[in-house]
Amino acid sequence: MKVALSWLREFVDLPQDISSLVREMDDLGLVIEGVEHVGEGLEQVVIARIDEIRAIEGADRIRHVIVDAGNGPVEIVCGATNFALGDFVPLAPVGAVLPGGFEIALRKMRGVVSNGMLCSGKELGLGDDHSGLMLLTHKPGIAPGQRLIDVLSLESDVVLDISPEGNRPDAWSVVGIARDLAARFQTPLRDPARPGSDTGAMGGARASIQSPELCGALLVAELSGVVVTSSPSTIARRLEMAGMRSINNVVDASNYVMLERGQPTHPYDAAAVAGQHIGVRRAVDGESLETLDGVTRVLGRAGRGWGDTGIDCVITDGNDAVIGIAGVMGGASSEIRDATTNVLLEVAFFDPMTIARTSKRLGLRSEASHRFERGVDFANALTATARFVEILSLSCPDLVWVATQRSEGLLPELPAITVSEQDVERLLGTAIPADEIARILSALHFSVTIHGASVSVTAPASRLDIRSGVAGRADVIEEIARVYGYGRLARRVPTWSQPGGLNVAQRFRRTVRASATGMGWLEAWTPSLISDEDFSVVAPEGTAVRVTNPLASQESIMRTSMLVGLTDAWASNADRGHGEVALFEMGVVATHPSDTSIQRESAGGVGGATRLRLPVETSVLSAVLGREGDDARVAVASVAALAERWGLAEYEVRSAPGLPGWHPTRMAEIIDCGTGTVFGYVGEVDPEVVAQRSTRVIPGQRLGFLQIDLNVLSNTQKVLRRPLLTPVPSRFPSVIFDLSLLAPKLVSASVIQRALRSSSPLVESATLFDTFSGGALSDDIRSVTFAIRLSSDERTLNEDEVLIARGQLLAAAAAAGAELRL
Amino acid sequence: MVDVSLDNLDAVVAQCVGAISDASSLDSLLSLEAEMVGKRSPFTALQKSLGSLSPDERKSAGAQLQAARQRVEEAFATRRTSLAAEHRIAVLEADRLDLGDVVSARVRVPVRAGHPGIISLTQESLEDTFVGMGFVVAEGPEIETDWYNFEALNIPPAHPARGMWDTFYLDIGEPETVLLRTHTSPTQIHLMEEAVAQGTLPLHAVMPGRCYRRDTPDARHLASFHQIEGLVVDEGITFADLAGTIETFTRAFFGPDITSRLRPAYFPFTEPSAEFEITCTICRGAGCRTCSQTGWIELGGCGMVDPAVFAAVGIDTDRYSGFAFGFGIDRCAQMRHGIADMRAITENDVRFLELFS
Repeated sequence: MKVALSWLREFVDLPQDISSLVREMDDLGLVIEGVEHVGEGLEQVVIARIDEIRAIEGADRIRHVIVDAGNGPVEIVCGATNFALGDFVPLAPVGAVLPGGFEIALRKMRGVVSNGMLCSGKELGLGDDHSGLMLLTHKPGIAPGQRLIDVLSLESDVVLDISPEGNRPDAWSVVGIARDLAARFQTPLRDPARPGSDTGAMGGARASIQSPELCGALLVAELSGVVVTSSPSTIARRLEMAGMRSINNVVDASNYVMLERGQPTHPYDAAAVAGQHIGVRRAVDGESLETLDGVTRVLGRAGRGWGDTGIDCVITDGNDAVIGIAGVMGGASSEIRDATTNVLLEVAFFDPMTIARTSKRLGLRSEASHRFERGVDFANALTATARFVEILSLSCPDLVWVATQRSEGLLPELPAITVSEQDVERLLGTAIPADEIARILSALHFSVTIHGASVSVTAPASRLDIRSGVAGRADVIEEIARVYGYGRLARRVPTWSQPGGLNVAQRFRRTVRASATGMGWLEAWTPSLISDEDFSVVAPEGTAVRVTNPLASQESIMRTSMLVGLTDAWASNADRGHGEVALFEMGVVATHPSDTSIQRESAGGVGGATRLRLPVETSVLSAVLGREGDDARVAVASVAALAERWGLAEYEVRSAPGLPGWHPTRMAEIIDCGTGTVFGYVGEVDPEVVAQRSTRVIPGQRLGFLQIDLNVLSNTQKVLRRPLLTPVPSRFPSVIFDLSLLAPKLVSASVIQRALRSSSPLVESATLFDTFSGGALSDDIRSVTFAIRLSSDERTLNEDEVLIARGQLLAAAAAAGAELRL
Repeated sequence: MVDVSLDNLDAVVAQCVGAISDASSLDSLLSLEAEMVGKRSPFTALQKSLGSLSPDERKSAGAQLQAARQRVEEAFATRRTSLAAEHRIAVLEADRLDLGDVVSARVRVPVRAGHPGIISLTQESLEDTFVGMGFVVAEGPEIETDWYNFEALNIPPAHPARGMWDTFYLDIGEPETVLLRTHTSPTQIHLMEEAVAQGTLPLHAVMPGRCYRRDTPDARHLASFHQIEGLVVDEGITFADLAGTIETFTRAFFGPDITSRLRPAYFPFTEPSAEFEITCTICRGAGCRTCSQTGWIELGGCGMVDPAVFAAVGIDTDRYSGFAFGFGIDRCAQMRHGIADMRAITENDVRFLELFS
């Protein structure tokens, strides 16, 4: 909220130095977003009288004007036309610097020298009017050469843009901000408003609350003798500095009171309100109203939002017709018109949650709703009314406050809370004496009683953010801390006996990341939300975990795989000529509850009372390998290297039917041999997908791809690790020979390898080093060659032992379906 | 191909459709297409000859011809789809590779340094800093319910405070019950619930993770981002411990000449609440454009755990008190490396990825 410093100074004495004031306000939680100096640069602007107007030859947009600014004739070139001989206007002479930094220089246009500029209101930073020069002809006593700031009684001012804590109801007003500052500077708060005195209920107007739970208090002031005109310049200027346009004196008075006191009021043209009756009730389902902005709003009907009850509070006239949405926006039919002479002023307290829901559903956020939804100070409704009358009287000398009607509803109870020195120290870690606590809270208008080391307080009606009970005590202690100053509170570094650290899964994930970068891969970050089109690539049969309110359709479904994201990331680099790269990502993918047998349930809904089935999240490592020569083979070899680094016991790569988006005949499952658990997939991205995503794909370019389920992988019951106790390699020489076997293509080399490894205790290793098909071999057979190493921990092996082992190897191979190639 | 006239249209179409379905490759289909419906085809010739007819005749003849031509073109489309599918199967079959047969020793890849991502790097170094201060690291799901993300954190349904977070909701359950977490704070609730259920209080944990806000990405914000959150629940914990912890972390992570300060703020889940600012890491406090000449930059929020939050998870406030804090990992990374535009982080440009190690 923007406030002129002069307005604040009416309420409280403040330091002259703006930067120290800003510091104190920041420290009070009244964060200063900006400081603007206004009215500066007008010191040199003087009043000029138009003495002569001449046309300039060949120019139809500008004229040659001769003015008197106190020192004889001055020649000016002027583009405005809204003035006549004898008018008084502001002149910025050569050398003047206008607000905004525009410096007036001597100019020559069409051969005529201009010795300055005649100004509009906007050029002077005094309003929005840019239609012509600012005319000051009717100012009493005006004369050439007078200073503009004297004529308009302008003082330079400072506008503070304040952003109070979001829940504070009181800090959205001049008086509330001033109250905080008075408490901080330990100076008195001066309130220029006179406490309102009830004028009695004699008039013809009526006020009635039919829904007491929606409206806690309603006051209707009946005013006569109103003349709708423009506001006095001081009022208009303060509103403008606060960022509000001056409309007319009645609307301005209402806005002025709202800014100053935090109490929104609504003025009605009494003649347009049937029966002079202001009622408040709950809207009937489907009722509608055309609001001031010309839009017809349907009311009383719950929207989509969870917790929206569809309850709206409306203002009605004597015929029970809706004339306003309470606290949000008035109706078009009863707004103040130029001819209005009698005004009904509505001053009310509406239920904050009702206003919040209504303004959210209708998408109507006004200065009034902003304040009502935080809770306005219902104890000061009459003072606000009196202030309105006082402000309006400035421009309506014949204004009469005829009568005041009141109706009562249900008001929130003001919590009574006891806070002891011990409570304060226990929460803040700083001891603050009871009398200091009492001083701070009374300065914030809490009613306070001291009992020894504790203080009993009741929150003021301006502070409906203060709760009751234990929570309320925390609220009150925050107020104490705020005014005391967070910077003055003690600091201590806590210690505890429990050790910090990462758990096994977290440490393992770090190993995974380090090993992935060790492969020469770069870590990428691709979007978790993907498009319908991408989803259909990786999960054509899947149920989408869909965002209800996406920002863009490309980001509307939770990803089930990183395949498209990483392929796109590779493609965007390839398209820039940097395709020689392998990218990996570690992150979460999600599966819709109807697509998985795994149950994930969580408390949800109002009060957490509903059990909800949620998507299952899986932590995944994926990599796309796009360097020259990369393919499924490289991906498989990479998995082997990673498995080695991760300490996996034994796994098998087994060809498997393709997952969507993968190359159908070049992919495999990665299976733990001990438990049979599938913990990942390896292969290539479907060439069609690659072609679709890159504009510069090189023919024959393959993208190796792998995906490891880190949840499963880090579970050592499902994916077994090498034993911790590891035999030392034999110190005796190994016997090394090759074994070429013929095996059906259906039998994977890894199956044969496993059979060989476990065929004899002497087998140290069996490593595949060649495969061959074609030639004389039949189509369904190929040759696989293993390098075999035999050794013993106890001795050098003799020929017989080697022969026996070779027999065992061949027997094991035969059992797996492979026979010796002769 | 025979000449087409208006009299033998049906026969010609039948003949064409037969030939099309006999086409055995995409190439032969392509030449058939030129022959049957191309520029020099009898169909086109007949089309041209219609000009000599009277307007009425031309209209009906044109319609007949068009219908016939369309049947032929449909036959092409159908055959093309099935040939393409056959072709794809053939290509893929020829490409078949038994991945169990891969000879690792034969695989050659270029030597190149790998790099961790800037966010992981920053996250790991933040975790290490907090681990050194005695914190454990905990994680929670990214898909949450309204209860964990809002209500248990003292943000009731329809409360205006929910507007502080622009939330992505999911089409699961009742409207606005399942959502992408807007902050890491729901993990606090899970941790406290577990600790209460298992009797394992106290708690000293930091919780890093990815969060989502319905925010149009700009130089400083991304729709998904990373946060780290801290929670301490123990006996005798005060605001002084919070301020001391923030200060220790600030110096440990950013350097000994960077200090912290707290100023009042509002968060529904803490009371008292504070925003914490640190000495501007660009100008080291002297005042610059980044810190709007103040010498300070805002890093995150913190406060004493609100009694309403303790009530939601069943922690006895007579015995325990606690503090929480949270801030953006991405923002830390941005400040540390002076990254002007956050969007660079999601663009995965190799030239950017290679900068971090």
